[in-house]
Amino acid sequence: MSTVATTGTEGKVWSGGNKPLKASYGKMMMWFFIVSDALTFSGFLAAYGFSRFKFIDSWPIADEVFTHVPFFHGNYPMIYVAFMTFILIMSSVTMVLAVDAGHHMQKTKVTWYMFLTIIGGLIFVGSQAWEWGTFIKGDYGAVQTKGGNILQFGEYVQKDGKKVFKRVAIADFAKSTQKYRAEHERKNGLWFVQEGTLPEFSVNEVANGLASHKNILVRSQIINKHGEKTVLSRAESLKQIKENGKLVVHGANLHVNEYGSPLFADFFFFITGFHGFHVFSGVIINIIIFFNVILGTYEKRKNYEMVEKVGLYWHFVDLVWVFVFTFFYLV
Amino acid sequence: MAHEHKLAIFRGLLKFKSNTQKIWGVLIFLSIITAIEVVLGIYKPKGLMSQIFGMKGLNWIFIILTLVKAYYITWDFMHMRDETPALRKMVVWTAVFLICYLIWILLQEGGYVFDVYKEGFIKRDF
Repeated sequence: MSTVATTGTEGKVWSGGNKPLKASYGKMMMWFFIVSDALTFSGFLAAYGFSRFKFIDSWPIADEVFTHVPFFHGNYPMIYVAFMTFILIMSSVTMVLAVDAGHHMQKTKVTWYMFLTIIGGLIFVGSQAWEWGTFIKGDYGAVQTKGGNILQFGEYVQKDGKKVFKRVAIADFAKSTQKYRAEHERKNGLWFVQEGTLPEFSVNEVANGLASHKNILVRSQIINKHGEKTVLSRAESLKQIKENGKLVVHGANLHVNEYGSPLFADFFFFITGFHGFHVFSGVIINIIIFFNVILGTYEKRKNYEMVEKVGLYWHFVDLVWVFVFTFFYLV
Repeated sequence: MAHEHKLAIFRGLLKFKSNTQKIWGVLIFLSIITAIEVVLGIYKPKGLMSQIFGMKGLNWIFIILTLVKAYYITWDFMHMRDETPALRKMVVWTAVFLICYLIWILLQEGGYVFDVYKEGFIKRDF
């Protein structure tokens, strides 16, 4: 049952019906799309590299930013994102197994492998959403200076006989004296003026809290020669907060970022968001192909090349993630 | 429709009996590399933190391991190994050439801007 009329041009190289490079039209176009999409992603990642090299001595350290694992408390850098990477590679494997089963015209096998691929994709997108949520919520809070730098808080504690700097949340030492004013809302104020949520603490309250807790120190963004953020002296800490503090920030969005340079958050949202959108559309396409497999469309066509083409796209999404993983979490 | 698969990886060092076996083999290899990356990322060995060619030694290891992973995903999962050499070159050389140029020029500029900030807005005094 072929929908393409045989035109008798087989074998004639320049009259159609010929496959250049022994690849079908669809597969070759998918490769061309992948090359152009790869260049798009490289543009984004290279732009990230540009910004990072520009602020190479004050860029956030990823190990201190992404430390959470769902359902577990404590400090586990890298673990969850490693899990996500594994899930995506695993779904790539089920995809290539579906392609392989398609070559052997095994409909049931293709169906199950496609199903597992979709599940893997959904787990990945869900994990990504959770990762975003945690990043937006933030954990310790920080003070942004007039110059836009971030000052974080912590104290030295003894751990295994060594002095280590342990982060302290603002809420643990600053006291909210009173809500100094109500948030402006459209319904009870100027309807054409909008205001974001007010910070939980004012800089003054943080400064007072810092003054009354003698053990707490301020940590600046600058990375010292040991690869750690510089911790200021007690006197310098108090001075910096009093004279330079402008805004208390908690979590990250496109304007502020409690972990350091707002550019880090901007690129994180943009690049992982763009990648997440690719995964999402990949899942949608996979679902369409999955139903086509069940309906027997490719059985009638006598080939499963469509599975192969969507497979190429899916592997590409995995390929991009491998690079995003390296440049956002490892390097 | 014939689907010929080349079943050897590591330049023929490891040969698989079937395509399915090769897929699982590549998965194990990729998982091991990811595990190495994660362990190095968590412990950050002191010896690898020195600067080599303007970057930490550890970062070079991460980038090389990533390229190895990318190679096996493209070659074995995307079946690039089975395509004609011309298609392979068309895709890979184009991407590699353009990406290398892009990365070089942007990182170069980023480093320049950093120096300008650091040296008080004078990089070269003409």
